[in-house]
Amino acid sequence: MTEDGVRAATAASDPISERIEDLQFVLGEGPCMDAFASRRPVLVPDLDELGCGAGSRWPFYAPAARRDGLRAVFAFPLQVGAARLGVMDVFRERAGPLSGEELADALDFAEVTVAALLDQQEDTGRGGVPAVDDGDDIGLRSELFQAQGMVMVQLEVSLVEAMARIRAYAYAEDRHLADVARDIVARRLSFDRDIT
Amino acid sequence: MTTVSTERLATIFVEVADTLVDDFDLLDFLHMLTERAADLVSAAAVGLLLADQRGRLEFMAGSNEAVKLVELFQLQTHEGPCLEAFRTGRPVINVNLGKATPRWPRFAPAAAAAGFQSVHAFPLRLRSQVIGAMNVFGDTEGGDFDGSDVPVVQALADVAAIGLLQERSIRRGEVLTEQLQGALNSRVVIEQAKGAVAQAAGVDVDEAYAIIRSYSRRHNRKLSEVARALVAESDILPHVLYS
Repeated sequence: MTEDGVRAATAASDPISERIEDLQFVLGEGPCMDAFASRRPVLVPDLDELGCGAGSRWPFYAPAARRDGLRAVFAFPLQVGAARLGVMDVFRERAGPLSGEELADALDFAEVTVAALLDQQEDTGRGGVPAVDDGDDIGLRSELFQAQGMVMVQLEVSLVEAMARIRAYAYAEDRHLADVARDIVARRLSFDRDIT
Repeated sequence: MTTVSTERLATIFVEVADTLVDDFDLLDFLHMLTERAADLVSAAAVGLLLADQRGRLEFMAGSNEAVKLVELFQLQTHEGPCLEAFRTGRPVINVNLGKATPRWPRFAPAAAAAGFQSVHAFPLRLRSQVIGAMNVFGDTEGGDFDGSDVPVVQALADVAAIGLLQERSIRRGEVLTEQLQGALNSRVVIEQAKGAVAQAAGVDVDEAYAIIRSYSRRHNRKLSEVARALVAESDILPHVLYS
């Protein structure tokens, strides 16, 4: 799912998941749609508790998903701030919430997927699993996000593209993302001036 | 710090109650709380940090968002009073920063260098769960909390936690997770918007933040909405800059 409304399931682990993903687009409702719109995870540990009929949350999607044997759905937005790249859906055949550890894994997985999508966009030719974000070091995470906004304006591109460009630059120069971000915020590095 | 005034405290709680019934912006609300808390206990600075599902503390709002101060909040992802309050669920109070280097080798010298003398942290609690911490910095020597101040400031921290649960179905643990992740992401949007405005207006990120806040207040729009529009819809940027 992209910002301009283009929607498609890009990957599914098995045929049932794929059918359920397609179903959301056909019906125009479901956890994936809600997660995208609200920019938050949508966690439904038991579809049966949503109730059915016209007044329920997903009057068409929920019964259809149940018919395919699904009991729980968890949708995670693939996003960094205002930059949205899609939604990751996780399904289960039994009812019950994700454990704390499973939730943390899902969030990590969503983060890695965002990084992979960004790198694919810029076609850096980089193999393997990409580094997610080395801005875990002190005081640098906010600078990374600020740098994204700055490059967006410098290049007059979307936020997603600005993020992809910063990452591509960091790889090409073999520098840490956090260091590049710091230089951008300090105006030592400008993508419209210094990079052609 | 002196013992807090009951009258001022009552005013704050009325303001909080008034905000919570309305359709409010969480980041604006948390920001308001940090400002009121700083004012109430005559603190130099107050900040709020929330933990994501992986237990990493993220800066959410500060009574002042100068870059140097934000760095002090962010430093506590690794060590410091907020991390301790978050992990133990108990307040950390009256720590003299000048003597705290053995306890927090990176945080204490950085906080002292920023001009602070004392530091405190209160857990953000929601039922049995700790979801973050409120940080209070003092800049006067001996400016410490009175024993009776502690529950009052803790109450303000608890109010901040309640603000997270905007929806009615608060019994579901899932809703808290959804809200938390949404709030953390909104904070990222603010940083992205600061960058966009800083670049477009040729100012630093602190000034950019002031511009965004002032615009959202004048137009009575939510801070998070204005920030999101700034980085998602290119046509609003000139309005924010030149209105």
